[in-house]
Amino acid sequence: METFVGIDYATWWFLVIGAVFTGYAILDGFDLGAGALHLFLNKENSRRIALNAIGPVWDGNEVWLVIGGGALFAGFPEVYASLLSAFYTPFMIFLVALIFRAVSIEFRSKEPMLWWRRMWDVSYCLSSALLAFLLGMMLGNVAQGILLDKDHIYRGTDMAFLNPYACMVGVTALALFMMHGAIYLVMKTEDRLYAKLTIIVRRATIFFVISFVITSFYTVLYIPHMADQIHDSPSMFVLPVIMILAIANITRMVAKRKYLLAFLSSALVISVSLMIVCLELFPVILYSAGAPENSLTVYNAASSEKTLGIMLTVAAIGVPLVAAYTTFVFWTFKGKVTLDETSY
Amino acid sequence: MDVEILSRIQFAFTIAFHYIYPPLSIGLGLVMVFMEGMYLKTGNVIYEKMTRFWVKIFALIFGIGVATGIVMEFEFGTNWAVYSRYVGDVFGSALAAEGIFAFALESGFLGILIFGWNRVGPRVHFFSTIMVTLGSMFSAIWIVVANSWQQTPAGYHVVGEGINARAEITDFWAMVFNPSSVDRILHVWSGSFLAGAFLVTSVSAWYILKGKYIELSRASFKIALLVALGASLFQLFSGHRSADIVARYQPAKLAAMEGHFDSLAVADMYLFGWVNKEEQKTSGLSIPGGLSFMTHGDFNAPVPGLNSIPEKDRPGAVNFVFQTYHIMIAIGMFLIALSLYTTFLWWRGTLFDKRWLLWLFVWAVLLPQIGNQVGWYTAEVGRQPWVVYKLLRTSDALSEAVTANQVLSSLILFTLVYILLFTLFVYLLNKKITHGPYDTHNEDHSPRHLEMADAVKSSHPTNPS
Ligand code: HDD
Ligand code: HEM
Ligand code: HEM
Repeated sequence: METFVGIDYATWWFLVIGAVFTGYAILDGFDLGAGALHLFLNKENSRRIALNAIGPVWDGNEVWLVIGGGALFAGFPEVYASLLSAFYTPFMIFLVALIFRAVSIEFRSKEPMLWWRRMWDVSYCLSSALLAFLLGMMLGNVAQGILLDKDHIYRGTDMAFLNPYACMVGVTALALFMMHGAIYLVMKTEDRLYAKLTIIVRRATIFFVISFVITSFYTVLYIPHMADQIHDSPSMFVLPVIMILAIANITRMVAKRKYLLAFLSSALVISVSLMIVCLELFPVILYSAGAPENSLTVYNAASSEKTLGIMLTVAAIGVPLVAAYTTFVFWTFKGKVTLDETSY
Repeated sequence: MDVEILSRIQFAFTIAFHYIYPPLSIGLGLVMVFMEGMYLKTGNVIYEKMTRFWVKIFALIFGIGVATGIVMEFEFGTNWAVYSRYVGDVFGSALAAEGIFAFALESGFLGILIFGWNRVGPRVHFFSTIMVTLGSMFSAIWIVVANSWQQTPAGYHVVGEGINARAEITDFWAMVFNPSSVDRILHVWSGSFLAGAFLVTSVSAWYILKGKYIELSRASFKIALLVALGASLFQLFSGHRSADIVARYQPAKLAAMEGHFDSLAVADMYLFGWVNKEEQKTSGLSIPGGLSFMTHGDFNAPVPGLNSIPEKDRPGAVNFVFQTYHIMIAIGMFLIALSLYTTFLWWRGTLFDKRWLLWLFVWAVLLPQIGNQVGWYTAEVGRQPWVVYKLLRTSDALSEAVTANQVLSSLILFTLVYILLFTLFVYLLNKKITHGPYDTHNEDHSPRHLEMADAVKSSHPTNPS
């Protein structure tokens, strides 16, 4: 098996995909979260500022999903095929919600009528919340495992995705993104809106902590294959500790008006959450509940070494480029939001 | 209806809808690069106004293009799981490269293009316009490479059997430069340029007819006309090359395109006609031996027809392929004639004198759109019954885990959502166009507006008309 610095290509690609989805969760996480909070802002001007805070970047953030999807397709076609066909219905809802969200942002400002703006506000807020929930729900299902046969074809029922554990993870994801989004908005606003948002940050953080605790207990108690991994490697306890420290840091930094640090802390919370899931599963990617021998792993689901090698080269060239212009764009729009004639 | 037919309808519907927007983005992007370039070169504010106006329309088009594109990416996995397993190794890399090199580029700089007028200097803004355009052109490369690989596979070998069979890459560059990809990318690009250029000429012609923004509209009309002229001529050339490739690699498709049934006989080329599949007869106005001449350079050379191919391996909808192909050619020829004639009038100095011609341009915006759609129908329906030519059948490519009910529900859902989306799109586009390039408020309030005007070389302000 070909390796690079001692790690085989398939594992590298697993790491790359993990990193891309983490990047996606951090970046789109804040604009989905900001969207889910949208209706808590009452004034027209506040809503406009909140929208324009994500205006120039949300589309670029969403591209990470596109890249992640492409990377999964390329690196682990078996996983891509089994996962998407197994979750046919939630994925279709997800796609429709993405469409609604995109057009709500785009269309809202195009007409001055009150009903028009209300309509898109509601659609924007609900679709953002739904997306956050669905992302978490799918993660929950992946963690818990789905029923696969020996050809890795899904054999469960149409509606199996809608189970309590997955829903709980969905709620946690929603809470996490709301917290993350609120911090982002705090960073971009001033005056009264800012004051209001600091309160929202605190509430969202509490919401997140509660749902996080419930989900953790649920996982340890009812999802044995995940809990086993924690037992086997005590180092896994380090990550939750980092997580708790990061959460504590958020409110502290907001109180000190160091928003960037607060934002980085919540980004850290997101990365650590995903890291925990990945490490607990590895080398399995799609766990086959009931018949673990049918699980898709980094090894039996990967593309050929040749493809993985080519794509690692592509990623090595592409990722720094993407990082460079993402930074450039964020830097161009740094600072508090000001509205002008190009705004939404 | 079964999963297969429903999935095919759903895929065809969602991709056809998606494909309304990317060609407009690609083409409009190019036209905007010329407009903004003219602004930097001449400093004439009408070019700035014009660029800003089209950027707004671009944003609307682009937004819907992105939203509908994400659907496409995931539909491979949801509806065509066997296909995804089969081709993942080969063209997953093309899709991943598309995401990294193209989409990230365009979406990144899009923010600056739309919202950055007052945040960056004019040159950086111009650079962003170019990057967005390049990004959208790159998107076309990777996705068309993937599709071309399905049409003319190369650089792979097949491993495994039955449901576990899959193609693995052996030679990356042979895969990328498979026999049909270069010609098809060029053809798709210039089809997109036509779509963008004719949108601009249409709106400009309408303003001129209404007596509004005359000076600005004349200038934008001319820029777009030049793009249209180049692209329409190039379209004939690249289309001809594509036809050559089809003749060499996909004889069944070629035979369907011209309704040619006899196993091996001299083949005619139709200007228009009708195919009766049952009686195996094609009637219409034709150039005898035309297809023989096009493929072999000899009016008497025999060309293999549909009957030389086993029934189960040939496309079913022969008349459909025939019609879509001929509509595309007719549109291509008409657009060449239209652009040549109009450029001739420009040279004569009577470009905007003929009202009927301007009205023709107002409506001509539909032609490249139709051309792009029917072109893909020809290519994709003509490829049937294969998903991957001669390797994987469409009927074998489905997701086993998915039921007909699920696909029917999602199909209904997408139909409703897309109807809504299209209605809103047309409404807002119309609103932006009637609103015109001049903002009534805020026009000079942008903090860097004056700075920008100073920064360009020489400024000869022109009165907005
Ligand atoms: C990389 C792949 C790819 C690309 C770039 C395209 N397609 Fe395609 N198309 C497919 C991959 C594909 C496919 C997944 O392979 C389908 C699904 C079923 C089939 O037979 O091929 C297909 C089917 C399909 C059908 C249905 C044919 C039938 O079932 O009889 C239509 C009408 C189109 N496509 C149209 C388009 C249009 C308008 C495109 C332009 C953007 C396009 N395709 C790009
Ligand atoms: C089945 C085939 C296709 C898939 C899977 C697909 C996928 C996508 C995806 C995921 C996006 C959104 C990317 C983003 O977030 O920026 C997108 C947008 C885009 N696609 Fe497609 N696409 C397909 C066909 C095509 C074709 C054939 C072309 C060009 C000829 C094309 C050109 C574009 C462009 C230029 C965009 C940017 C948005 C826009 O300009 O409308 N796509 N596509
Ligand atoms: C002027 C004469 C034209 C000729 C001879 C021509 C020829 C062809 C041929 C042979 C194909 C099939 C290629 C394949 O199946 O691989 C094709 C596809 C296509 N055509 Fe044309 N075409 C012409 C004009 C146009 C025009 C005016 C447009 C749009 C504005 C257009 C848009 C397309 C598109 C989008 C496709 C599908 C993509 C592809 O397969 O390359 N064509 N054309």
